[in-house]
Amino acid sequence: MAGYLVRRLAQSVILFWIVTVLTFVIIRQAPGGPAILANPDLSKEQMETLTETLGLADPLYVQYGRWLGGLLRGDFGTSFNEGVPVLSLIAERLPNTLMLSSVALVIAVALGMGLGILSAVKRNSWFDGLASTLGVLNLSVPAFWLGIVLILLFAVELRWLPVGGMPRSRDWSLIELARHLILPSVVAGGFLMANVMRYTRSAMLEVSDQLYVTAARAMGIRERRVLLVYALKNAMLPVITVIGLGLPQLFAGAAITETVFAWPGIGSLGITAARTGDFPLIMGITLVVSLIVIVANLLTDLSYMLLDPRVKFS
Amino acid sequence: MSAALDHPSVAEGGTGVVETPGRRALKRFLRHGKGMFALVLLLAIILVVGIGPIFYDVDPTRIDLVNTMAPSSAEHPLGTDENGRDVLARLLEGGRVSLMVGLAAMAVSVALGVLFGATAGYFGGWVDRILIQVIDGIMAIPLFFLWLIFLTSIPPTPLSIVLVVGCTSWMPTARVVRSEVLKARELEFVEAARSLGATRMRILFRHCLPQATSSIIVSATLAAAFAIISESALSFLGIGIQPPRPSWGNMLTGAQEYLFAAPALALYPGFAILLLVLSFNLLGDALRDVLNPRG
Repeated sequence: MAGYLVRRLAQSVILFWIVTVLTFVIIRQAPGGPAILANPDLSKEQMETLTETLGLADPLYVQYGRWLGGLLRGDFGTSFNEGVPVLSLIAERLPNTLMLSSVALVIAVALGMGLGILSAVKRNSWFDGLASTLGVLNLSVPAFWLGIVLILLFAVELRWLPVGGMPRSRDWSLIELARHLILPSVVAGGFLMANVMRYTRSAMLEVSDQLYVTAARAMGIRERRVLLVYALKNAMLPVITVIGLGLPQLFAGAAITETVFAWPGIGSLGITAARTGDFPLIMGITLVVSLIVIVANLLTDLSYMLLDPRVKFS
Repeated sequence: MSAALDHPSVAEGGTGVVETPGRRALKRFLRHGKGMFALVLLLAIILVVGIGPIFYDVDPTRIDLVNTMAPSSAEHPLGTDENGRDVLARLLEGGRVSLMVGLAAMAVSVALGVLFGATAGYFGGWVDRILIQVIDGIMAIPLFFLWLIFLTSIPPTPLSIVLVVGCTSWMPTARVVRSEVLKARELEFVEAARSLGATRMRILFRHCLPQATSSIIVSATLAAAFAIISESALSFLGIGIQPPRPSWGNMLTGAQEYLFAAPALALYPGFAILLLVLSFNLLGDALRDVLNPRG
């Protein structure tokens, strides 16, 4: 088990290192180089000075080493647009993204598993049909458009909810926060919810054919207990895999959602940075999000060990 | 050998029509409600955006600043957008762009998926272990943010979108192809081919890969759905297909600003994307049911 832990940890470190290499190489190898792309109005002399001071003439691996050294010391560079250290911009907005994505995750998993279990129990009923239609619609609808439609319906037409943003500090309350969070978190988690639902349903159906479930029924244990304790516990494993695999998409969805709902997180910040060519900022955000996803994936895998003792031995 | 007697055409009293697996799958598909719905929907969309412009010959990029956000009229059946451009013409042109970019990205994705999956499955051993690690690794990083980086450092042309999306979405296909090839490698007729001295390439392409055809077709439809939805999101965010060339995604970029004045502008392109992606997703699900009788 210790061996597994060490191996898994090493994999995560290597993976993150590869992300830093990719991020760096893509940006540096861009035609024209980052300095030119960032500011097309510079004169030739200014360009040369910049190349000199930024060390852009050094071999790529020297530049990478310098950049990586900076990262390890917490120096992510300075945003071209804002003129502020990248890390402080990220730190300021990261909590908002984490709030949005964790609420989205909770809603997606709760709804997805609930609907998945019900569909499996009422297999081939009208409810099952409705849920699977809802699922495929959720997988097919572009998140940004779903956001726009929900804004149109609930904020513009019905005026029940705000069009976007976060509550201002003077009328901040939990209820107000919830009113601002509900639409974006449903949109950001929609894709994951549909996947969790599909996998829960099929895992429950697969498990309920197993002998130990039949045995539990034969022992006269109430059906509800059979399903929610005996079947669900074993159906959890594939579902956890789906959640782990869905984390990158959850953050992508959150970034798009933040843009549509003007939610001040790092996703919308990253998209703006990409649109305006703010290289240090988009690089910093990519690294931070990758780190979060890689660590979360590691935790997902470790939770496997707790749920399934067989993993320890493989 | 009783195998010949068990052959369906013999068993059914020799009607002359050979019941091949393909024919059986086709029969099942024709009875599959959702699948037929998806196919008809998809063909209808392709037909409309494909030959629509022949019958509706209006320039989708002609700006008319006197006539912006006009409601539908005889001249502009779906009205005009914030720059006075004809919405119907833009929908038809944008649909062609979205469909072509999506299908091209799907082709890249499937080709790479088959290549890597077949390599991993057929050669096994350390090749397989490395490729699996690579696949798991790629799937565990938020690729969307790497797309952002790519598209800031290269000009976002249709070709670069195709390559960016195609080269980062082949992993699910590779996984399925790998497991099918892995299974096929152990089949008796493959063993027979091997003992007859067939070359590795012949065994892989002639004997193993055909076993994965159904899975590849299913992955391809799902890959198309993914590619189309990705292109639309990137274009919506302003880093995909660039105006004035319309795509269903970038038609929505400005729509949010005019949500109060012209809500319809925000509805048509998004609904079009939904229908197209839905048709691919439903088609994929139906093909999975039909081609895999066990499922």
